[in-house]
Amino acid sequence: MNIYDLIFYLFAALTLISAFFVVTNKNIVHSAFYLLFTFFGVAGIYVLLGADFVAIVQLIVYVGGILILLLFGVMLTNKITNVEIKTGTINIFSATIGVGLFAGVLLAAVLYAPWKVTLLQEPVSTTGILGNLLMNEYVLVFELLGIILLIALIGAASIARR
Amino acid sequence: MNITEIIIVSLIKIVFVLGITLLTVAYLVYFERKIAAWAQNRIGPNRVGWQGILQPFADVFKLLLKEDIVPEKANRIVHAIAPMIALFVAFTTYAVIPIGPNVNIFGYDISLVVADVNMGVLYVLALTSLGVYAITFAGWSSGSKYSLLGGIRSSAQMISYEISMGFSIGGVLLLAESLRPIDIVNSQAGLWNAIIQPIGFITFVVSAFAETNRLPFDLPEAEPELVGGFHTEYSSMKFAGFFLAEYANMIIASAMIVTLYLGGWHLPFEQSLGLSGSWLTVFQITSFFVKMGAMLFFFIWVRWSIPRFRYDQLMNLGWKVMFPLSLINIIWVAVIIMITN
Amino acid sequence: MLEQYIPIFLVITIALIFAVVTVFASKIFGPQRPNKSKISTYESGMQPIGTTNERVSIKYYLVAMLFIIFDLEVIFIYPWAVQFKKLFGELGISVFVSMFIFLVVLELGYLYAYKKGGFKWD
Repeated sequence: MNIYDLIFYLFAALTLISAFFVVTNKNIVHSAFYLLFTFFGVAGIYVLLGADFVAIVQLIVYVGGILILLLFGVMLTNKITNVEIKTGTINIFSATIGVGLFAGVLLAAVLYAPWKVTLLQEPVSTTGILGNLLMNEYVLVFELLGIILLIALIGAASIARR
Repeated sequence: MNITEIIIVSLIKIVFVLGITLLTVAYLVYFERKIAAWAQNRIGPNRVGWQGILQPFADVFKLLLKEDIVPEKANRIVHAIAPMIALFVAFTTYAVIPIGPNVNIFGYDISLVVADVNMGVLYVLALTSLGVYAITFAGWSSGSKYSLLGGIRSSAQMISYEISMGFSIGGVLLLAESLRPIDIVNSQAGLWNAIIQPIGFITFVVSAFAETNRLPFDLPEAEPELVGGFHTEYSSMKFAGFFLAEYANMIIASAMIVTLYLGGWHLPFEQSLGLSGSWLTVFQITSFFVKMGAMLFFFIWVRWSIPRFRYDQLMNLGWKVMFPLSLINIIWVAVIIMITN
Repeated sequence: MLEQYIPIFLVITIALIFAVVTVFASKIFGPQRPNKSKISTYESGMQPIGTTNERVSIKYYLVAMLFIIFDLEVIFIYPWAVQFKKLFGELGISVFVSMFIFLVVLELGYLYAYKKGGFKWD
């Protein structure tokens, strides 16, 4: 085990533990706080995979934008911060069967999949490759993306109407 | 270099830069008070040591020995974590800022930057967006209406100006063709970015003021209406954490402005001075710190010269002036590149 | 490529330790003598008025949404900007035009939000 494996397990543990707290915590702002660490851990794993641009985008968009939106949403809603979150129906029996089956399928997929192990050469600059692809092969997708963002923008703006 | 050597070299660099940053923060506070006194025709701190030169240390010890008051309505955990986030952001960002060209020490080619990463500029942006949480959590967890209003105002302000900051950086990247701070500095060896793209320079500097919550954009702590803003309910070292982070962020903002727009360690006509090898390096490192000092003085100077904006004026400036201007800057730089190539 | 991130990892670790130690330093060195009026919410020495359960303006939520959208736009500009000089040499003006269309499409949305009063604060 080299140092990168160690760092990988550190980030993986951070992601899993904080994700567990996000789900189990009763206070919604605390959940948002733990989600910060989940995003951070995932960004660390992206870096280890050699996708540094994706890691930074993960931080800028999810940590910088989406989580702030969540927090503002919580603050917008009256008295939600001190409410205990509970679901009304708890059907333990069928839930156990459903989750158990799904976990079994996942476990089988992990264990029996013929994993291909290849040594990838490390990319030098992922940003440059992305820029090339955006302007050559995926230029149409890129423009469509602009239109999707435009629709989102119009949706957001119409909320502001009084 | 193998991994052990990388770790040792980086640890030395980190300790060195951390020391410099802490000392600069301490004396930045001192100089801010001195310049404020000078601007307002007062004397300023002059009791502790010669001309008050030991004042920063006295302040630190005072804050260290104060009681840490946690208000009864506060959320204790989040209340303690908010200043930690502020400090964490302030003391991780400096890692990617280069202060000079590569030097040769004991046969090793060492770059004068803690972490020479490809994503350098975006790393700073990502951490800046993390900094919003320090203020949001501080405002939310204190259980005081002043803190809450200050916190939410401040986070809205910071994310608004992050947009124009991001677009301004786009213009720099067009010329540098890289996100590495060292490449960006080297692309300005001939002509500084501030001269090629003055609009981008102005929008970046204004956004940097807003991101560091400095006057004229210090709405989060507008004393007449919000008491202390998001740190109303903070005392002792937790307050010192926010205070330290504010000044450390100012230093980082100045260093970023110098790196992105004022040529980093490069000066025009530096080669014609006829300096050789290591003397040129020393000269270049000095020029970086002189530029940074000038930017820091500018930060303080503006604080004591310009009154605070109203909140609607601030948001209007961000969304209706700075945002379109930074877009125009990108088009401008792209057109310049197309004409010259 | 991964070697360049080792210093970042170290910086993050050290900054984390530094932040935690700084915040807890006053717990060790400072006195702990809380009393009722000391730990009450600040209100210039009077009884605190109002609570923090007030709802905040929808405008803040709108700002956060607009931020995410324009942040994504910025993210797409960076790979383009880094490759612009090189791609301009290969593909000519179309590199500029495709980004220009992308920007114009989004600025239509910006103008719509502007007209709807999305940036109006009062």
